[in-house]
Amino acid sequence: MADKFNAESIITETQKRISNAFDVFDHECNKTVDVREIGTIIRSLGCFPSEAELHDIIAELEDEEPTGFVRYEKFLPTMTKILLERKFRPITEDLLLQAFKVLDQQKNGHLEPEELTKYLTQEGESFTQEEIDEMLSAAVDPDKNAILYKDFVSMMTFDDTR
Amino acid sequence: MGCGVTKTSEFNRKFDKDGNVIPAAITMKAAVLIQRWYRQYAARMEVRRRYTWNIFQSMEYADLQDQIKLYNFLGYLMDNFTPPSSERNLISHIFRENEVCRDAEWERYFSYTNIDVPDIYSGPRLTFPLDMDQAADLVEAFKKKQQLHSRYVLQLLLETWKLLKVLPNINRVSTCHSKEITICGDLHGQLEDLLLIFYKNGMPSLEKPYVFNGDYVDRGKDSIEILLILFAFLLVFPGDVYLNRGNHEDHIINLRYGFTKEVLNKYKLHGKRILKLLQKIFSWLPLVTVIDQRVLIVHGGISDTTNLALIARVDRHRYVSALRPPKKKTPSRTNVYADSERYDEMIICKNRRGSLTFPKPFGARESFQRRSLQDFSRAVARTLEEEFEVRRRQGEFSLSSFSKSHRILSSAVSSDSEPESSEFTDTSNEEWKQILDLLWSDPMSHDGCIPNEVRGGGCYWGPDVTEGFLNRHNLQLIIRSHECKQDGYEFCHNRKVLTLFSASNYYEVGSNRGAFVRLGPDLVPYFVQYQATSMTRGLSFPQNVKRTEHTALKVLREQLFVHKSDLLSAFQEIDKENTGLICLNEWASAIERVLHLDLPWRVLHPQLVSSTTDGRLDYHGWFRDLALKKPSSEHIEQTMLETLYRHRSTLETIFRIVDTDNSGLITFEDFRQTLKLLSAYLKMEISDEVINKLVISTDTNNDGSIDIDEFMEAFRLVDKSRLERGKSLLKLMQDNQETESPQPVYSTAPQTSQCPASQPADPPASNTTDSACSQTANPPALQTADSPGSLAEDCPASQTEDLCHISVVVPPQ
Repeated sequence: MADKFNAESIITETQKRISNAFDVFDHECNKTVDVREIGTIIRSLGCFPSEAELHDIIAELEDEEPTGFVRYEKFLPTMTKILLERKFRPITEDLLLQAFKVLDQQKNGHLEPEELTKYLTQEGESFTQEEIDEMLSAAVDPDKNAILYKDFVSMMTFDDTR
Repeated sequence: MGCGVTKTSEFNRKFDKDGNVIPAAITMKAAVLIQRWYRQYAARMEVRRRYTWNIFQSMEYADLQDQIKLYNFLGYLMDNFTPPSSERNLISHIFRENEVCRDAEWERYFSYTNIDVPDIYSGPRLTFPLDMDQAADLVEAFKKKQQLHSRYVLQLLLETWKLLKVLPNINRVSTCHSKEITICGDLHGQLEDLLLIFYKNGMPSLEKPYVFNGDYVDRGKDSIEILLILFAFLLVFPGDVYLNRGNHEDHIINLRYGFTKEVLNKYKLHGKRILKLLQKIFSWLPLVTVIDQRVLIVHGGISDTTNLALIARVDRHRYVSALRPPKKKTPSRTNVYADSERYDEMIICKNRRGSLTFPKPFGARESFQRRSLQDFSRAVARTLEEEFEVRRRQGEFSLSSFSKSHRILSSAVSSDSEPESSEFTDTSNEEWKQILDLLWSDPMSHDGCIPNEVRGGGCYWGPDVTEGFLNRHNLQLIIRSHECKQDGYEFCHNRKVLTLFSASNYYEVGSNRGAFVRLGPDLVPYFVQYQATSMTRGLSFPQNVKRTEHTALKVLREQLFVHKSDLLSAFQEIDKENTGLICLNEWASAIERVLHLDLPWRVLHPQLVSSTTDGRLDYHGWFRDLALKKPSSEHIEQTMLETLYRHRSTLETIFRIVDTDNSGLITFEDFRQTLKLLSAYLKMEISDEVINKLVISTDTNNDGSIDIDEFMEAFRLVDKSRLERGKSLLKLMQDNQETESPQPVYSTAPQTSQCPASQPADPPASNTTDSACSQTANPPALQTADSPGSLAEDCPASQTEDLCHISVVVPPQ
């Protein structure tokens, strides 16, 4: 009996969270959001999808004739499933550090801004200019003009917990 | 330090320290991981940015509602009290008609020739006619925080007035000489932004025409400087500088939003005269600008009845303020807007609310019985509250609920008054509505055109109205301002309407960018965005977001704190067993019920609530955490204090209205009457005893009058970062005490950092539990304190604010 109660309340809680996150982006208060904001909404709920994965989700969410908007009735079940199944799990601090280390070929303990820029704008799911600019503004140590990635990662993940 | 990674050709092959090739796949995986992670982080930053924005907009919305409620209430009082009623007389002057004087008499009143300029004055000394160099010097002088002497201010304003009087209602500009025209939106007294625009774009000149789209004043602290600069350039380049009127170019609005106060503080001797002259100048500002007969530039917007031909014909200067209906030819008759749809409703409503668009009918007042303020207040306050609860920002406007509340209203009043016979087609009302629509309207996404309930004037207009209007007048684009946009500008209505806002960091440092637009002969807009970043120089984007968020949350916590009594009752209603705990969902819905801010409380809760046990919140503990220090309040009870604090803007506005000669001082008697007005408006008893205590405590000069600014000082909630200012003011008061004035009840800062408890049940917050409160070095932007004191007339006001650098942040375009 306790289990059933818990399961239900978990679902309700989850759905409330989804609803609240959705509302932040529902500018016209008509239970629709711009499809371009879906990624932000999903991520704000704690998921870490890749761009490709996002793409798939959006394809599922859009109406047969895409209007550029996603309706809440469609979003809710999809998102509930994602959250309950714990898809797109967070990236741990360790894993992130490892990733930076891989890029740091010279094992200097830091990365040059140009290096990182090149990797992130030319490899994988490339960053836009705006994204790399934003990241660098937070990542680059102004005195050394380098990215001390260990500190950077600690700082960013600390922020998460606030 | 050179890096070993090859840059161009062998991009895919990488080597580690030992010279081994690292497979490309791994680097790609690493890159993808970092990207995935960073995007998540950025998304969460974006959400925080978003709801921070929502908080500011809700606050603004709530504030607008306050203003409307107040003016409606005052208007209602005006129409429903028989003379003599002292309360009514206090405020009647703002509803009175313009004094009719000949221009020559005005020129005498505004004469500056006998104002001497002392030798020590080091600011600009203007000679007329002005030239380009003098205008540039003026800009330089203001950049250096100098103040223009009142003699030159008056002279400049007089010249401006003379020029404005010959300008048409509709400015017509052409790009035919291949000139690019620069258009700027709201500036709101933020001189830094104007300087930034000039820095980036050059100052106005023959080659560089400008259009300024209103709202030059209020809120920011350098409104008068902005006006002086704009007017100077207008005088030097009358064919290349165009000014539109905004809804803040209105002396009654200025009473509330800070311009009146700014001028009085900066110009202690001649401020009143300057304000009076500005009153006339504002009414003479042109209403709209049209470029190449294709692009309309107007401050607010349009409605479905906007008619440029009519606009061209009006006597615009008769419409001095949005809140004063136009002069009536037959004052005893009703003046209602001719609209057959609403005719039926009007017959039903015996007493209409005095909204801006629908002026109150002046009925047979003699038949009203004399009533006390309290009787009216109960009726008025209740129904106004009801009405505004029903309204949502862009919601339905239903005339039925509107008229229903007036049936309630009219039954509270003597029913001797006859139903108004509607007097139709008074041209001045039609014209008034046209102007109101131009200056106050906002676009909406649905089709149609409905009255703008949020602002109390103008309307919300939809894409179909835009379409119709553009077609009728053969135009292609509307550029308007009036609403703050996060990126400084925003298109809507299929890119046919552009909102342009030029005051960056409007709500708070980091809240939004400003923008201006350039139009060449092709009439394709080219945008430049910026953000005055003197305080945020060196901060990264996430730090910026956090900083702004911090302020927004602080403001929000303040709101929660001052609604404590109501919130407590709401919580206790839910927590019937008095456990002291409620769950988060209930917490969120209770807050929304009390505050009506329409904010995502559940999304916000991690920021507002420090801890929960099992998803339940200990609300008493939460209030303790929330508590900011209160002003010293031994003799005033808690709810009363909260109420006064909550409504301090309203209180201040009433003060300034009562202060008919704009001196910044009001008499005891007026003060007393003001508090009575307020108590009627708030439906709350403020006993004579309390009023007396307040009166005594605030008259620190002991001269029978109260300085409005000083009184408002008493209402600042003190927190750590304010102690410095508080201490100096305390010193001032202590100095005064030496001349035997009574012990003040209010102190702006306690001598220690503890406030004496007002009631034993409510211990003051101790210093250590301030984790929820800020340690920020910067006070929130919503309140500024002007330092009173006897400054020589033309020394710059002693504002030691912080903005002394301008940095340009230009995103890639």
